[in-house]
Amino acid sequence: MQETVIEAGRSEKYYWQDLWKFKELLFILALRDITVKYKQTFVGVAWAIFRPVLTVSVFVFAFDKVAKIENKSDIPLQIIIFTGVIFWNFFAMSFQQVSNSITGNANLVSKVYFPRLLMPISSVAVPLLDFLVGFAVMIPFLIYKGYPPTVHILFVPFFLLLSFFASFSLGVIFASLNVQYRDFQQIVPLIVQYGFFVCPIAYPIATIQELSWYPIYQWINPLAGIIEGFRWCLIPNYHYFQWDTIIPSVVFVTTTTILSVVFFRKKENSFVDYI
Amino acid sequence: MEWNTLLLKMTVIEAENISKRYIIDHIKGNAKGNTLREIVTDNVKNLFTKKNREEVSHEDFWALKDVSFKIEQGDRVGIIGSNGAGKSTLLKVLSRITEPTHGKINIKGRVASLLEVGTGFHPELSGRENIFLNGAILGMKRQDIKNQFDAIVDFAGVEQFLDTPVKRYSSGMYVRLGFAISAHLEPEILIVDEVLAVGDADFQRKCLGKMKDASTSGRTILFVSHNLTAVQGLCNKGMFMKKGQLIEMGETNQVLATYLSHVQKTALESWWLTPEDAPGNDKVRLKSIKLVPKFLDGQKHIDVRTKFKIQIEFWNMMEGANLNLSLHLNSLTGECIFNIGTASKSFEKGIITAECEIPDNYLNDGSYSISFMVVKDTSSAVFNFEEALIFEIEDYREGTSWYGKWPGYVRPKIDFPITQLELESVS
Repeated sequence: MQETVIEAGRSEKYYWQDLWKFKELLFILALRDITVKYKQTFVGVAWAIFRPVLTVSVFVFAFDKVAKIENKSDIPLQIIIFTGVIFWNFFAMSFQQVSNSITGNANLVSKVYFPRLLMPISSVAVPLLDFLVGFAVMIPFLIYKGYPPTVHILFVPFFLLLSFFASFSLGVIFASLNVQYRDFQQIVPLIVQYGFFVCPIAYPIATIQELSWYPIYQWINPLAGIIEGFRWCLIPNYHYFQWDTIIPSVVFVTTTTILSVVFFRKKENSFVDYI
Repeated sequence: MEWNTLLLKMTVIEAENISKRYIIDHIKGNAKGNTLREIVTDNVKNLFTKKNREEVSHEDFWALKDVSFKIEQGDRVGIIGSNGAGKSTLLKVLSRITEPTHGKINIKGRVASLLEVGTGFHPELSGRENIFLNGAILGMKRQDIKNQFDAIVDFAGVEQFLDTPVKRYSSGMYVRLGFAISAHLEPEILIVDEVLAVGDADFQRKCLGKMKDASTSGRTILFVSHNLTAVQGLCNKGMFMKKGQLIEMGETNQVLATYLSHVQKTALESWWLTPEDAPGNDKVRLKSIKLVPKFLDGQKHIDVRTKFKIQIEFWNMMEGANLNLSLHLNSLTGECIFNIGTASKSFEKGIITAECEIPDNYLNDGSYSISFMVVKDTSSAVFNFEEALIFEIEDYREGTSWYGKWPGYVRPKIDFPITQLELESVS
């Protein structure tokens, strides 16, 4: 028979086992998010195709045709933007969903027990599905433009995992803080908005690689390395990516992930008192 | 059989000195609260003005204080106590929703807590999808839900609407579906909080029946309710809590008696000097409620012979509102004995008073509570003053040598002549 001990400040020995035991709930919560997102829509999941295609079209129109930004790389700007946007959508949406995952499930937090970490984890399901659909649309586009993917494409999961942990760890910290201070809810959209311009999404990294402050930039913007790595996986002969630029990203992601989970575990028992 | 008695002896929940503290901030002077902005601005201000943190006083509020108890397998424990006694906090601690500040609890067995009906229902999802969602949230395995699916649908009576989003359900259907799922949980320990407060009488009876069934199959039930009749009917053990402390635990009837004797220490009058302290909301606040008895010679307490008036005064903060009062006289077990209403009239801001007279030889001895509602335009409740006054009527009888409890809520003096019709010679 199952035995439970409840005690103040007890770091439960069985937390991770519990998390595993509740894997069905994880699956159901993820399914709920996906189902709810496309309920009462006419075209349903097809929105996952329309959205990135429309976004990319608008950005290509704005940056390539109107602003005519200088493209110092030998790759068409459309391809730079498409790969960048698919990545960014995943990162930004995961970050937003994870940040809101606790307050958005307030009714569950105050009425039933389960390892709270399930909520941020399950909330990545929708962005992940959207990413996969967008990815599936992008590949034919790359082939059509004369850039068929090489074996580098096998590295996509690695960079996807990096960006998952990057958005997850940041999101988890925001989610924990959001419970007590809803101010963080206001900050999240700003980060997403500014991040889009600070990261090489709609412009090639080649444009800034020549600048004097680039070495500093690559250290303080851990996302840049992941984005470039992502492009390296998809675009043949993409010589702007060096593996050493991924080091800051890996260091950053590992540290924040550990810190965020520790922080979350410390806070999660008091969520119900503040939510 | 032996197996059963063996099981009954087993302690399934053992709580040692559990306490739960909440910290309430009282902030004097300029400081206002603890949102991020306030914390940041206050600290910045303090940098320059050298005001220190003494202005913020923290008050400890102990929602639970040193509560210890043991519950054995198969026990059906009713937890009673007035509002704010810590009952719900105790359930939350037991179901691991919030952790205790001190103390330790050992629980043997799978716990399912039912703090509301239909936890986590998503309005956009269909009944079918919500059964799986809610089941998983309450800790059921997917396979268990599949096995129980037909029984759940049957119990709730929603076959036709399985694929309709629950946002289109009537509130009755919603509650029935929610309860049906929880009723088919098969945990070893079931924690239930006031779910019976919703739904009609018929549904409540169904819920109680289902809970009784569960307990006969060896499950342990913890049940919080204000409905003392339900506690009496369902539970074999009672826990009486007051101000975060466990006052008594034992046989239900014994505990209920203690509880009633505690709440009966009441005054004939409650009043508030300023609207700020008084119960109510920004529209109406209670000024006073009192009983004015018309004592017979030498009487000190209201007994069954005493005629008395109920006088209510309240502050009305609304301009030109059509108001009336609806008064409920309830027994302490929560049943309504009668409900009377005043006429609806237009009132301006100020103090409004209402009065009614309870005739002599009307109510039986016992404890009663008065709740009343201020109603606007004869349709919407402005505020419901629950248990505004609790009072006791003492027994008085003459011409009888029987002193058992007089049954019933009313004890009218109805003419009941008895005469001999015919004389028959008995040889």
